[in-house]
Amino acid sequence: MSSLQAQISKILTWSCVDGPGNRAVLFLQGCNFDCAACHNPHTIGSCNHCGDCIEACPTQALSLKAGRLRFDPDRCTQCDACLEACPVKANPMVPCYSVEDILLLLRKHRAFLSGITVSGGEATMQLPFIRALFAAIGCDRELCHLTRFIDTNGYLGPAGWKSVLNGTDGVMLDIKAFDLERHRRLTGRSNERSLASARLLHEAGKLYELRYLMIPGQTDGEEEIASLREFALSLDGNVRIRLNAFRTHGVRGKASDWPAASRDKVEAAASQLESAGIGPVALPSLW
Amino acid sequence: MPNENPNIRRIVNDPALSAAQKARALSLEAENSLEYPTLDEQTRAALEARVICDMYEGHAPYKPRYVLPDYSVVLKNGSEWLELPVPQTLDEAIHTLMIAYHHVPSVTSMPVFIGHLDDLLLPFCSGVSDEKLYQQIKLFWRYLDRVLPDAFMHANIGPTDNRVARTILRVDAELKQIAPNLTLLYDPQISGDEILRLATKNITMCSKPHIANHPVHQQTFDDRGYGIVSCYNALPVCGGSSTLTRINLAKVAERSENSEDFLTNKLPYYVDLNFRLTQARIDYLYNQSGFFDSFMINEGWLDENRFTAMFGIFALAEAVNALQDKSGAKGRYGLSADANAMGYRISQSLEGLVAARPMKYVWRGRAMLHSQAGLSTDTGYTPGVRIPYGTEPDPVAHIQALAPHHRYYASGISEILTLDETVKANPEAVMDLCKGAFSMGLREFTANVGGNDLVRVTGYMVRLSDVEKFNAEHASRTNTTALGAEAADRTQILQRKPRVVANELFAGADQ
Repeated sequence: MSSLQAQISKILTWSCVDGPGNRAVLFLQGCNFDCAACHNPHTIGSCNHCGDCIEACPTQALSLKAGRLRFDPDRCTQCDACLEACPVKANPMVPCYSVEDILLLLRKHRAFLSGITVSGGEATMQLPFIRALFAAIGCDRELCHLTRFIDTNGYLGPAGWKSVLNGTDGVMLDIKAFDLERHRRLTGRSNERSLASARLLHEAGKLYELRYLMIPGQTDGEEEIASLREFALSLDGNVRIRLNAFRTHGVRGKASDWPAASRDKVEAAASQLESAGIGPVALPSLW
Repeated sequence: MPNENPNIRRIVNDPALSAAQKARALSLEAENSLEYPTLDEQTRAALEARVICDMYEGHAPYKPRYVLPDYSVVLKNGSEWLELPVPQTLDEAIHTLMIAYHHVPSVTSMPVFIGHLDDLLLPFCSGVSDEKLYQQIKLFWRYLDRVLPDAFMHANIGPTDNRVARTILRVDAELKQIAPNLTLLYDPQISGDEILRLATKNITMCSKPHIANHPVHQQTFDDRGYGIVSCYNALPVCGGSSTLTRINLAKVAERSENSEDFLTNKLPYYVDLNFRLTQARIDYLYNQSGFFDSFMINEGWLDENRFTAMFGIFALAEAVNALQDKSGAKGRYGLSADANAMGYRISQSLEGLVAARPMKYVWRGRAMLHSQAGLSTDTGYTPGVRIPYGTEPDPVAHIQALAPHHRYYASGISEILTLDETVKANPEAVMDLCKGAFSMGLREFTANVGGNDLVRVTGYMVRLSDVEKFNAEHASRTNTTALGAEAADRTQILQRKPRVVANELFAGADQ
């Protein structure tokens, strides 16, 4: 059995919004994008053991021992002051789990699950862990019925995808913007690799859903929606699209002043896509 | 008129009650002007302190609380008493049932059980087109909601997947009525995934049906079968339950020094008193009321030997938390393993006490334990063994915490899982939850989806818009809206998510 470990900021055993059916979801720590609009900015960085969070903790749950940050969950009151204090958008409370830990958790909840989704952060930054976990699920008699999904920004290269797709049933991939400069501004990176990944995954029959976040005044313009339409049309066969609406919940910094997406605008974009024969187009369940 | 009863005047002049609702409330006032069945002093004191409770039923039980006729008898034989011929067609069968329902009493004066409708109607469906069946069910459903507007009225379908069951699910989702309430009996060996998928999709649209774990219920009852009625009560068909009485476990805990005193002294003491109360009411029903001379007994719709006694408990959560406080333990019910373990011990102990007590005039000579889903007046007490409103963990953890109780509550236990609206886009997740719940031994699966107008209160359905209207002093067409409004005001049920509290309509009328 693999002893590989991953930094996992949160685990859910009930989720109906991370793929088909009820899914266990692992939110892996760390991301290679730095999106202004990120709803969970504390999942972006990895702890560098600088110790800047120690003073911020009102209950002395954090300390440095031999140059390594230690976290005492019994003292923690979940006030999240350390997240605010962290200079690298990391989370000093994040624990490590082994593949075996996750298998145990899945066995306990298997009767309730359709599958597992690894999300983030950017899950593929800990690719060896995903590969080992998915392989172990696939050859476990009690767990092999669970479908295995990845939620990604698509920055992973083709060799990486090829190494994990065998054990993967589906991928949800986010495109943050189609205009290159806009994408760079929003994420700090180019979008070429994400678009290439979407094509590769679609051709492999593994692209479960293409996701697009509508941010008012930035990614909800006619030009962007037209690009989304053209991109979807350029893929051979149907692709499921999910339009997400920007909200400020959890967002830090300048984007916390951005306006929330309006229902009218998101629905108009959906009907524009559907009338071009694209879809199905999924929309937010709550407004 | 110096001796005028002010309650009676209040009922007569209440602008929010219909004439029929007033007549029902007035009849209860009349019944309650009679002497209560004789109780010994200890039992009377416990009843007055409401440590034990008769559900505020009347002083002179003249009908069983829950009546589950075997309607196949009237469909097979017709009725001599009602001068009904044997029905030959689907129209005649439905018409015969509609007439039969009118004669079935219960605590609310409306039937709580209207039969396993697919089993009853399938024999009349050969040669009936899908379109005709759909029209007939739709008219039937409209009749039930408009003429018997009580959400305790319960229809059953399943465990087979068949066209009547599917048509009922289709009509129920389309009409989104309060009545009838609906349960799908599900058996993984018989039902298949398709009907379960349809049912869970319905849940995301109108919070109905409930899904019953058929193999578990089937083991509890006999070959004549069982029905799910009212707030998830499982009872023998061709019989029912004479009474429902209950113990407020929180009040027993208050009177206990610690958990040992609770389990070895106080709980057995109040269980004994609740048995005395129950037997006194049953004796009156069997020896004095004349109910069992009815044509329904003579024609075989009912068998007087098939009525159980439901032994209810509620406020386990508050009881456990109080006992935890007394021993200085911090863990709260539903959230901590040690508090949950205390809860399981109490349920197990109750089961033993109930199984040890012989009863007269009761099916199989023993009462059946019941996790009672609440009354609209239960301020500060959580229904049955449920986790208090607003403190529930996620639905999977919620089910895992409560599952070990289910084996003990043979005559019914239910948890209401509140799911947020995102689940509407993914009904498969509800199906996963249901299958997981049944694999852990849950007897019933019930879910509320936030944002639905039609929601489940403790056990029955109300429209949120009706509750708002009622509060604005408008009369409501349905009986249970009055209960829902009272429950919503008193018990914080809307604090968390739409809900209503449970049982009987006039429970709060004498408060």
